[in-house]
Amino acid sequence: MRLTLNKIVLLLSTISALIGLAFLGWILITLIAKGLSSFHISLFFKDLIDGGLRNLIIGQFIIAGIASLIGIPIGMLAGIYLQEYGRGKFVRLIRDLSDIMMSAPSIVIGAFVYAVVVAPTGGTSGFAGSIALAIMMIPIVINTTDNMLSLVPIELREAGMALGASKYRVILDVIIKAAKVGIMTGLLLSFARIIGETAPLLFTSETSNYFSLDLTEAYPSLTVSIYNLANDPTSASRDLAWAASFILTILVLLINLVGRYITRHKG
Amino acid sequence: MEKIFKNLSLISASLVLVLLVSIFISLFNSAKPAIDEFGLGFITESAWEKDVPIENSVSHLADDAKKIKQEPATFEDDILAAYNDEDDTLTKTIYGGLIPIVGTLLSTLIAMVFALPIAMGIAVFLAEIAPKQISNVVGIAIELLAAIPSIIFGMWGLFYFAPIIQSVVGGYQVSLLTAGLVLGVMILPFMAAITRDSMRTTPDVLKESAYALGATKFEVIKDVIFPYSKKGIIGSVILALGRALGETMAVAFLIGSVFLMPHKLSDPTVSIPVAMANNFGEATGLTLSSLFYLAFLLFIISFLVISIAKFYFLRKAD
Repeated sequence: MRLTLNKIVLLLSTISALIGLAFLGWILITLIAKGLSSFHISLFFKDLIDGGLRNLIIGQFIIAGIASLIGIPIGMLAGIYLQEYGRGKFVRLIRDLSDIMMSAPSIVIGAFVYAVVVAPTGGTSGFAGSIALAIMMIPIVINTTDNMLSLVPIELREAGMALGASKYRVILDVIIKAAKVGIMTGLLLSFARIIGETAPLLFTSETSNYFSLDLTEAYPSLTVSIYNLANDPTSASRDLAWAASFILTILVLLINLVGRYITRHKG
Repeated sequence: MEKIFKNLSLISASLVLVLLVSIFISLFNSAKPAIDEFGLGFITESAWEKDVPIENSVSHLADDAKKIKQEPATFEDDILAAYNDEDDTLTKTIYGGLIPIVGTLLSTLIAMVFALPIAMGIAVFLAEIAPKQISNVVGIAIELLAAIPSIIFGMWGLFYFAPIIQSVVGGYQVSLLTAGLVLGVMILPFMAAITRDSMRTTPDVLKESAYALGATKFEVIKDVIFPYSKKGIIGSVILALGRALGETMAVAFLIGSVFLMPHKLSDPTVSIPVAMANNFGEATGLTLSSLFYLAFLLFIISFLVISIAKFYFLRKAD
């Protein structure tokens, strides 16, 4: 009886793992099949207005890139503060709040940026999109930096200080270097996380059919355009949405795999 | 230089607090017109953008009727009364959040009912059953699934999953049920991955002692691993719940985005994030502040849910 029960439970649990994998396979196969059949290399050289994706891919990278330029330094400095400078209750509070912010609904961040950036400046803009993504990124970077620095042995800090280096020199030259691999991986993963975001961009950057370098106006976004294209009844638009989703997913998965590779082989 | 660096890092850390407080304040401020207009009744009001007669027009009409009774009516009075009548039927537009709130809660509930048993099974499989190599490979696959942008789940759900559900259950392709199930598929890998991590915190010594006493694998899972990692598992599940509550894109394609109260699972409806995603762009005035009211409610709900998960269940022993 005990042994039968044991077998049943183990079987059920294996079946659920198979169900989970089946969904993964189903989604990936759909994506590859639909994506490849709609994919054409010329999509990289035409803008959305001509039925291509060039402006959207570049636009998404620029929005996420600027978000990283804002989010990474702030997040890393905050992480450094939590681990190296701060003491007591304040550190605990910031750590907790950052944890909460990491799971905050992304659409609410979009609404916040709409209220403080889009409405006062009179319209959607690439900058607003970048700010929204930066806000999403900061807590992730804080979490990574905080965790990775906590792994650096105290002896390294002491050795640095004993050489007479000032604290910020020790942090920059010794501690960050020691935690380099972990932090790099974390930064890659946080970039992968924000580049696939749609909800915070819907009413901040919006999207555009044209190539643009002007971040003060509605800015081309791959994810927002996927949403619009997929809701469009014409099959040409839907095919383009699948091709775009295919490119986006490959990109996100590649960044994730590179991150894993770095941790495994250089960590 | 040392001072500058230290202060910069302090400012960056404080920015988290500043950001959260300003999110709270600015959402509240933008929602203020709707909060003033509808109060807490917003939460239980199911009408959205519905024109209703202004309340005091009723007493106004009664006054008019009295006047007309008192004075013999003249032609001019009649016209005036007719004119007043038209004035009296002036309407105002009211907004209520009940439908999106119900839609959010129900789609999350469906997602949890669907995902919870499967995620537990996957977690047990990964942590205890599978040989190490298979566990590693499947584990990575599950984590990669968790990294796929949610809009992909939405598209797949709309074009491939929903037609199948529809052919089984009937009703519409876009419905509470399909939205909830796709949401479930989306949170599944996240829930499985963090639950597995919680289970893995069980010390080997405990498991080995139980095996040494002759326990079966199931008994070890039930009597050693679950009790030991109970808090972590519950915390992980609540965290996944928090994620499902605020998810936009996986649901946006499938819930139908109509302000209708669902009477059965196959009815289309709307959730808070989807109401925002599809109406924010064109909204102005009271519509916009009502959407902000919804955003404010969602922010508070998910703040509470996440806090409970993180600080009650997942707090690491200091």
